[in-house]
Amino acid sequence: MKTKKSAYLSPKNRFSLETVKRRRDSQAGIKSKRPAIPYLGWMLVFTIIPLLMVLYYAFTDDTGAFTLRNFVNIADYSHIFLYSLYVALISTLICLVLAYPMSFSISRCSERKQSIIIMFLMVPMWMNFLLRVYAWVLILQSYGPLDTLLQLFGVDVTLIGNTGAIVVGMVYEFLPFMILPIHAVMSKIDNSLIEAAQDLGCNSFFVFRKVVFPLSIPGIISGVTMVFVPTASTFLVAQYLGGDQLMIGDVIERVFQFNHNSGSAIALVLMIVILGFLVFMNRFGDKEAVGR
Amino acid sequence: MKKKSQKIYFGVIMAFLYLPILYLIAYSFNDGKTSVWKGFTLKWYTALFNDAQIMTSLYNTLIIALLASVIATVLGTLAAIGIYNFKGGVRSAIQNVSNIPIVNPEIVTGVSLMLLFTFAGTLMGFEMGFVTVLLAHIGFCTPYVILNVTPRLKQMDGSLYEAALDLGCSPVQAFFKVVIHELMPGIFSGLLISFTYSLDDFVITYFTRGSRFQTLPVQIYTMTHQRINPKANALSALLFVTVLVFLIISNAVSSRKDTEAAR
Amino acid sequence: MKKSVVSLKDINFKYSNEVILNNISLDIYDKEFITLLGPSGCGKTTTLRIIAGFETPQEGEVYFDGEPVKGLPPHMRNVNTVFQKYALFPHLNVFDNVAFGLKLKKLPKKEIEEKVKKMLAVVDLKGYEKRSVRSLSGGQQQRVAIARALVCDPKLVLLDEPLGALDLKLRKDMQIELKQLQQKTQKTFVYVTHDQEEALTMSDRVVVMNNGVIAQIGKPEDVYNEPANAFVADFIGEANILNGIMLRDEKVRILGVELDCVDKGFAHDQPVDVVIRPEDIEVVDPSGAKLVGIVEDVVFKGVHYEMSVRCHNCQWLIHSTVAQKVGEEIGMHVDPFNIHIMEKMFLEPDNTIITEVYYSDKENNTTTFLLEGEEVTIPDTYYEEGKKLRIVLPPDALYIAGDGVGMLDEVYIESVIWKGEHNEIILESDERKWIMQSDIDEQVATYVSLGFDFSKATICEVR
Repeated sequence: MKTKKSAYLSPKNRFSLETVKRRRDSQAGIKSKRPAIPYLGWMLVFTIIPLLMVLYYAFTDDTGAFTLRNFVNIADYSHIFLYSLYVALISTLICLVLAYPMSFSISRCSERKQSIIIMFLMVPMWMNFLLRVYAWVLILQSYGPLDTLLQLFGVDVTLIGNTGAIVVGMVYEFLPFMILPIHAVMSKIDNSLIEAAQDLGCNSFFVFRKVVFPLSIPGIISGVTMVFVPTASTFLVAQYLGGDQLMIGDVIERVFQFNHNSGSAIALVLMIVILGFLVFMNRFGDKEAVGR
Repeated sequence: MKKKSQKIYFGVIMAFLYLPILYLIAYSFNDGKTSVWKGFTLKWYTALFNDAQIMTSLYNTLIIALLASVIATVLGTLAAIGIYNFKGGVRSAIQNVSNIPIVNPEIVTGVSLMLLFTFAGTLMGFEMGFVTVLLAHIGFCTPYVILNVTPRLKQMDGSLYEAALDLGCSPVQAFFKVVIHELMPGIFSGLLISFTYSLDDFVITYFTRGSRFQTLPVQIYTMTHQRINPKANALSALLFVTVLVFLIISNAVSSRKDTEAAR
Repeated sequence: MKKSVVSLKDINFKYSNEVILNNISLDIYDKEFITLLGPSGCGKTTTLRIIAGFETPQEGEVYFDGEPVKGLPPHMRNVNTVFQKYALFPHLNVFDNVAFGLKLKKLPKKEIEEKVKKMLAVVDLKGYEKRSVRSLSGGQQQRVAIARALVCDPKLVLLDEPLGALDLKLRKDMQIELKQLQQKTQKTFVYVTHDQEEALTMSDRVVVMNNGVIAQIGKPEDVYNEPANAFVADFIGEANILNGIMLRDEKVRILGVELDCVDKGFAHDQPVDVVIRPEDIEVVDPSGAKLVGIVEDVVFKGVHYEMSVRCHNCQWLIHSTVAQKVGEEIGMHVDPFNIHIMEKMFLEPDNTIITEVYYSDKENNTTTFLLEGEEVTIPDTYYEEGKKLRIVLPPDALYIAGDGVGMLDEVYIESVIWKGEHNEIILESDERKWIMQSDIDEQVATYVSLGFDFSKATICEVR
């Protein structure tokens, strides 16, 4: 006997028991994990395997035999490593000092004004970073505008080719990366909170110390991270502005040109240092969040 | 008093950010190669447009940015949906791996991809170039798409999808007829970020481009490295105007949308 | 016999090891308005989602017209749902929302337009075609959602608390409209709500659910007048629920007073739950009345007065059109057919644990046994290790402890019923149920930590 099909099933999609069985437990659509498969494969090939290759190269010599010599060689570059961290630290601190009052002032403006100011902060960010460094090369070069200006006052200094020039370049590159995250958290501080604190008798300094500063810590943490990591690892800025002074990014590039193994070792160490820094900042942020 | 000092401070910071660029732009009109003003000219602009290499680089950059951002958007949107359906530890593990290209120093990503491509190249007989740069760009763009789409996915009312199924959509139809509209703002901003990051990338491109393939940032590097080149100034001026116009338009559009939404 | 169009057979549904539905079987008949009623977390929405095809039960089968459909995806079922928060597509206008299902069926454009127009007229939204759904009020959105489901001409319409987001007045109007709509369209409606009044007003049949099981299925009148157990009596309408003892057929004793009733078939001296609705209690002269109490509180409720009367330490609720004075002594009379006798939900009067001594400490005079994998220590009691024990905990020996300090964690509160003097709480742990007595009102369908006061327990050795 032929089975009678139910009117409670969509007439277009009359089905057999087999299709039901086949479809059982089959998930599809946005409830499915399957759409992630291409990207999971992608991550394996273009994220994980390359990093494993760095690891492999770092621990082998050019014949493919296991060695730790690459890491011993790094010792030659340890001063550059420390120098890079030093430049990164100084640049980050200057960015923080410059950005903090700026972010606070912006966050107290009207919303319309805020979005305009933010837009103007972002315009230079969208310019190619090499062109921005190049601008400073032009400004700081001997017989350049700043040099000429200082000469008029009888000051005779070399403006380019030193740590100061590198730091100026770094601050110029990354200042917006400090302002934006701090502004983002500060703009969420309700004005009524500040007023409440004033109402309770806090003076401006106290309002700042007890209300604004604690609430802005997450922004400071992400700003510091966003400035420190690229500053420490960037390359070319030193080549443009630092004269003979190199940073670790430049070293990795140069070493890679002739020796992948040593280059990988340096890259690996840099990665571990940066990861350590990120973990530290994260912990710090969590502790601060709990402390409040 | 307070207001005034605040305004001065704004002015100083803005001057710090803009004066170097304006200086660059001003000297793109200088009829000399040094910092001495020798009169107004447009010759560097003509030279720029007549430089076939630069124009090819520009073309390459745009093609790479377009392809990379579109592919990354498709890949990333699908990935965001899939990852969202993983639970707890597995999900955060996937998200962490996915964020590696964002948190890792660019130079490490660059050299690691270079190792991969040279190894695969010798194995399969290809040289780095257009394809490897494209792959690398897709790689660092996709995480940004995922980061932009995931919050929309969280915000979306799950019953919208179910309502579509209920009314007779197959899961695929439900995605294209309903879900994608809900995710659109996230997908769009992911696409935009991918496009601009790809346009601007130098470090990763530098390590994966091989010996012949040029993009605009790489071209800028060869133009400005260890020398002064007024064509770079002219290029800066054009880029600056483009960025400015683009940002002003997008700002105006979004503020109009805001006022419309408020109404 | 009526034709069953959808039937659920022995459905078991678990969500990450938590039992949501426990052996549910239900027949839904053609053209009826059936309501799944229960407190939140009772499994009513899951049942609806299983019918719609959004969830697949681990065990059991769903039949549409006798054909098994478990695992069939929602878009292949000719069933449409009205969602709790409407789930209107924000990127489409009213017309396109309603036409969504029809367009998928690839009907001719003209036909779609006609059908949508007609359906919008049915739900009183003529002329709203081009409006954005975001610009509509809650009630209007609700109507669009209903139109969108009905326009596809499903035989079965599922409604998941569709009126939950509307205010009271609008909800009452919509209840009547929905019922009329169902009668007019001659479709089968399956309606989910936690609002007992809504269920009674609209339904042909009500399915009362609690903790993943069906407590009772019946017509609204039957569920109200003849509740299957204390939970149903308590959940639907207001009721005085008391512990009683069935002395013999048609004779029950509550609060030490023998009353006539009409129920038969219980065992001799069987403990039972007795339900008396507040409106069924007649106020009579105290002299000669079997039940006498003092009026403690009187509240005017519009149609009647609600009085709280203390009688034998027990709080009685009485609805009467005549107000009594507070402090006055009154007599109460209930007609035998208004006394409803029910089997106890928890058959034993006490909680009995049979176990072996796991560990004991003579010095500190303690005995430890294992309860659902957890060590529980009885203070001031010593039995040798390995001895078999029978521990009887009366309901008042159980208490709800603070988080983490109880002896059993994650215990589910299945029901809380006011028994005149105190609350009778039924709890469910991993392996068994517990009965507890408490003066505090607890939230049903939550998880708590359970503690035991062994000083009130009877412990003896068994062989």
